[in-house]
Amino acid sequence: MAQTVLHKAETRGHANHGWLNSYHTFSFANYYNPERMHFGALRVLNDDTVDPGMGFGKHPHDNMEIISIPLEGDLEHKDSMNNVAVIKNGDIQVMSAGTGVFHSEYNKDREQRVKFLQIWVFPDKKNVEPRYDQITLSADDRHNKLQQILSPNPDDAGVWIHQNAWFHLGKFDKGVNTEYNLKAKGNGVYVFNLSGDIKINDQLLNTRDGYGIWDTDKFTITAETDAEFLLMEVPMLS
Amino acid sequence: MDKIQILVIGRHPEILQTVIRLVNNNPEWNATGCATDIEAIAAFKLQSFRLVLLGGGIEKESEDILCDTFRSINQQITIIQHYGGGSGLLSAEIYEALQGRIAL
Repeated sequence: MAQTVLHKAETRGHANHGWLNSYHTFSFANYYNPERMHFGALRVLNDDTVDPGMGFGKHPHDNMEIISIPLEGDLEHKDSMNNVAVIKNGDIQVMSAGTGVFHSEYNKDREQRVKFLQIWVFPDKKNVEPRYDQITLSADDRHNKLQQILSPNPDDAGVWIHQNAWFHLGKFDKGVNTEYNLKAKGNGVYVFNLSGDIKINDQLLNTRDGYGIWDTDKFTITAETDAEFLLMEVPMLS
Repeated sequence: MDKIQILVIGRHPEILQTVIRLVNNNPEWNATGCATDIEAIAAFKLQSFRLVLLGGGIEKESEDILCDTFRSINQQITIIQHYGGGSGLLSAEIYEALQGRIAL
């Protein structure tokens, strides 16, 4: 029997730093909720809005797989591996922090805010060599179907990370439904509904609701309205 | 009230300094940072720590030696892996460890 957990959007942690407005699905920074520590290997799901001309100054990370998905606007990325890049809506960025990396992320635009998802996944190997990658995704490839945007395999669709995880995006018209079959035994899926209303089996999710489902091989996704959503399949850990 | 003493071990000097600074942002906590196993074991013998944070870059062999040594000195010591490197996870990890909900 599938087990589930529902996180309504309004129950997320919230921090408004002026330049940064962030909603935390799981405990992060000053938001600490022992009931919301992680979903399996998924440790951070931050829904961030960055003001024009502002950003995250140079800061370190280690031993974490860090994925950024811009939803609106552009972010300029710089890191200690000498990468300088701009990630835009439609891109996905991945960084394996491994033995240690410093980076900054800035919204260089003087007028437009940046909205992006910041996702951290525990790695399956510690102290790997740090790496950075970003790719541009085709929006057409997720219209009424699931688009794989991340996997554990360098040769597979999307970016890859050091973890037995698969992420998919979907942009479904009202009434469209599909089945998701989990890729690996012992994994669960955390669904984050970006916009509109969807149902996971019989559970209705409104905009920015999160829903974890595990101890199951598959589930159905139905768009109750036009909707966009993100599926994050991760090991449940012990 | 005495501060909770936390031993932080990490190989990357800048990240270690960041983690120490972030731990010390909490007025109830005090961090001692060590980059090598020898320094860490010496510090552990000198001071009474409530918690050990193992940061990035520590090899499995070192981790095993450190854990065995610390537990031989203090069976009650809580040892946790710190992921993320001075990140937004640090406070929650420490709270969870102090309440006995996570440990290596």
